[in-house]
Amino acid sequence: MWDEAMLRMMLNGIGETLYMVAVSTFFAYVIGLPLGIMLVVFAPGGARPHPRAYKILDVAVNLARSIPFIILLIAILPFTRAVVGTTIGSTAAIVPLALSAAPFIARLVESSLKEVDPGVVEAAQSMGATTFQIIRKVLLPEAKPSLLVGGAIAATTILGYSAMAGFCGGGGLGDIAIRFGYYRYQYDVMLVTLVLNVVVVQILQGIFMKASRKSDKRK
Amino acid sequence: MAAVPEKPIIEIRSLSKTYKTDTAEIHALNGIDLSIQKGEIFGIIGMSGAGKSTLVRCINMLEKPTSGTVLFDGRDLSKLTDAEVRGARRSMGMIFQQFNLLMQRTAEGNVCFPLEIAGVKKEKAKARASQLLELVGLSDRRDSYPSQLSGGQKQRVAIARALATDPKVLLCDEATSALDPTTTKSILALLQDINRRLGITIVVITHEMGIIEAICGRVAIISDSRIAECGRVEDVFFKPKTEAARRLVCPEGRVDRFRSSRRMRIVFDGSSAFEPVIANMVLACGKPVNILYADTKNIGGKAFGQMVVQLPEERDTARKMFEYIRSRGLTAEEVRENVG
Repeated sequence: MWDEAMLRMMLNGIGETLYMVAVSTFFAYVIGLPLGIMLVVFAPGGARPHPRAYKILDVAVNLARSIPFIILLIAILPFTRAVVGTTIGSTAAIVPLALSAAPFIARLVESSLKEVDPGVVEAAQSMGATTFQIIRKVLLPEAKPSLLVGGAIAATTILGYSAMAGFCGGGGLGDIAIRFGYYRYQYDVMLVTLVLNVVVVQILQGIFMKASRKSDKRK
Repeated sequence: MAAVPEKPIIEIRSLSKTYKTDTAEIHALNGIDLSIQKGEIFGIIGMSGAGKSTLVRCINMLEKPTSGTVLFDGRDLSKLTDAEVRGARRSMGMIFQQFNLLMQRTAEGNVCFPLEIAGVKKEKAKARASQLLELVGLSDRRDSYPSQLSGGQKQRVAIARALATDPKVLLCDEATSALDPTTTKSILALLQDINRRLGITIVVITHEMGIIEAICGRVAIISDSRIAECGRVEDVFFKPKTEAARRLVCPEGRVDRFRSSRRMRIVFDGSSAFEPVIANMVLACGKPVNILYADTKNIGGKAFGQMVVQLPEERDTARKMFEYIRSRGLTAEEVRENVG
């Protein structure tokens, strides 16, 4: 069974998985990063406290996070079609992946930015920094090592979710594992995809952690 | 000491700050009136929780006063727009107890930071940063990150950073409280040097009388959210008028155990040289005394500081001792029961 076709399928699976993870993570951050920043800046005691905006965001993020991914995937099919023009394949899986990871990433970003010493923010304010300057020049650069660790968590979580997209023909390694392992009882194929998944996770984790360590000047 | 006072650069008028919690209102500051002259080193001292940190944050509007006004260089800060307040803040440098440096930037990057915020070009900012790092004696640590610097070096970087935008005032919030005594001394010397050379007004917030004595010309004592006493450091130190001042000036707690005894506080203002005053007093009066507390410094062959002695129980001997000390040109006062 390990013919050329199977090999090509595996390689294809790796490619699709990486594509889904990379693009979904990117768009999840496009949505989640600003949300996370706002959660910190608007929070009581933040750089620009805004209790009402904070409360609304806080509740909205929790609501979004409590929707199970598999339900979201199906519920937003019309939206997915409107955005990418299809509901099948890797590209279609990106839409629900990014949407469901965004609130999770907002929380990751929030916790990273909260590690920044409020005293440093106060120092920047005492120098006449605007809120935007504080975000760009204090919060984000100071939290960079922690944000990168969060990036590793986000990417690996999205990788895990991408396997569920296999149920809707999402493609990728997870799709192969489900089709062969679950539907056809070909456990050897499933095992191989599993190992490949582990390798991909290790590499992703390694890249992010190395970047995090390198950017950390605190020790 | 500080330059001769000319005109106030900071004027605080009936300033109050109230925090509302769910259950109560907390009056952090209550009717504060202060005026700080151009070019002086002004101290604000108080126990923790007295409101001194809130007061300094009202000066640069990091805390918005509930009522009252803060005039900075003649302008009412509470009437300015947000953008104007940010502009005014660039004329007020601030340093902190925990230094508050950007950990992901080098010493140079930290000093460049306020200049970047002010929109100064990169090359110009770097040139200015290297000037300032030289001023604080850290030219060789330009590329070091804060984690590679000692506490004293970090505070020097913070001072250089605070001076980057050519401020008129430097606010120091417990700037030496996290440093050891030797480093504290060198930082105080640096602040004094900056005051003299650049003519920058310095406002020092502290809970230690020693800091005030060392560099300040005038001092305000803040207690229970109010100014208890304000004046020249010598006057407040030698003749504290209020309970709050006495508590800060007198060695708190240490003489408390001798509550029942008659005690005398002697202040050395540098007028007596190496004369063994206490020993001579004992010989002259023929009764021993017990030294309860002493904190004297020898500056240029003159004694500065204070001492608390327990006097003999006989009223006459005690009175004689008071007279003896006063006759030597020293300040002596009875330490009352409620001190400490």
